[in-house]
Amino acid sequence: MDWELMWDSLPRLLGALPLTLTLVFASLLFGAGVAFATALLRLSGNRVAETLTAGYVFVFRGTPLLVQIFLIYYGLGQFEAVRDSILWPMLREPMWCAILALTLNTGAYTSEILRGAILSVPAGQVEAARACGMSRVLAFRRIVLPMAIRQMLPAYGNEMILMVKASSLASTITMLEITGVSRKIISQTYAVFEIFILAGAIYLLLNFLASRFIKHTEWRLTPYLRARA
Amino acid sequence: MLELLSFGPNGWGGQLLSGLAMTIAVSVSSFTLGILFGSAGAAAKLSHSLILNGIAEVYTTIVRGVPELLVIYLLFFGGSGAIMAVAGIFGYEGYIEIDAFSIGVAAVGLISGAYSTEVIRGAVQAVPVGQIEAARACGMSRWLILRRVLVPQTLRYALPGLGNVWQLTLKDTALISVTALAEIMRVAHVASGSTRQPFLFYSTAAVLYLLLTTVSTAAFERAERRANRGVRRA
Repeated sequence: MDWELMWDSLPRLLGALPLTLTLVFASLLFGAGVAFATALLRLSGNRVAETLTAGYVFVFRGTPLLVQIFLIYYGLGQFEAVRDSILWPMLREPMWCAILALTLNTGAYTSEILRGAILSVPAGQVEAARACGMSRVLAFRRIVLPMAIRQMLPAYGNEMILMVKASSLASTITMLEITGVSRKIISQTYAVFEIFILAGAIYLLLNFLASRFIKHTEWRLTPYLRARA
Repeated sequence: MLELLSFGPNGWGGQLLSGLAMTIAVSVSSFTLGILFGSAGAAAKLSHSLILNGIAEVYTTIVRGVPELLVIYLLFFGGSGAIMAVAGIFGYEGYIEIDAFSIGVAAVGLISGAYSTEVIRGAVQAVPVGQIEAARACGMSRWLILRRVLVPQTLRYALPGLGNVWQLTLKDTALISVTALAEIMRVAHVASGSTRQPFLFYSTAAVLYLLLTTVSTAAFERAERRANRGVRRA
């Protein structure tokens, strides 16, 4: 074990941390928006919207993320229409392609988590809210959504950890985030195990923090389940 | 354009089909290896030995918390070195190279095993203790209890979870295309490079994966129905 090399490589790996965090946070943020819209459309009762969103979820959950990233990064540029569009300056960048692929991927998974959580809200609660004179929108905003969010937290925590791990795939389209930098250092030094341990430790730390964050949020949102002092 | 997907001399149909076969072969092998690792891991987690508990806990925490790609790189770049180091202890000084298939199966099997561990552990714990006690009271040996009572029921409880692990494993095999093993992704990558039709080939790859996941979802549903045929539903 080459401790000196590990110590010297640490700053380079940590230098890649902001990029990994940007990828994770951007895709989780955009993905939450996509998931919210998708879940609402899937429950909307409109046949066309339901079929379209079900198709989106089916395709993105049924294929590997690597295919999705390559399809967006390499595949879209094949079309003249895409290259001429105003979106091309963004779709040309690996950064935006990675964020787009991760967003669509987590959006599909999260929409199913959210849909399940919305369906788990007891019908009696909605009926009671309606009987109090709340409109459907108000009942959704005040009753259904808060309960659904509380319900989906554990599953969403898993999804956050999956996204931290999925961000490593951005290294396959030239992004130098933590996995990309480790690969580069490994090919320069052949110190496979030292670099693996370092990079793995950074990811484990990130995932540990994510799970603590979810645990804490869950605790905050369930005061009624805490033992009374 | 569709000529590129045909089986003729200018088409990539043959290669894509062999890529599909390779993906299936890698997935089945890794999933099987994963179940072996998972059973060992579950046995270790349920044992009363603190050392075994610790080892299994470290295994599942690290492998589930670290990106799959990193695990694959570790085995791809470090696998030969590690094997040669072990062989060196036994006095073998030659060069050992491991083929991409074995490395891929080892890496994905390792990942799959970490998830299977939790599934199998949960399934074993779902078998009521009373049944084990009853079997022992009937005079069955530990081995016989395992074979007649524990394993058949564990399989039934584990089936839905193992179905999820299978889907994960199937999709993780796409990552071993970085080791140049000619599975679906690798073939699509090579084909789109030489024909300049990346969209066509990556969407074909996507369709092939969708086919695999859809067929396996149906297969697991049937298996679950069969495994639960003796259970009365409320």
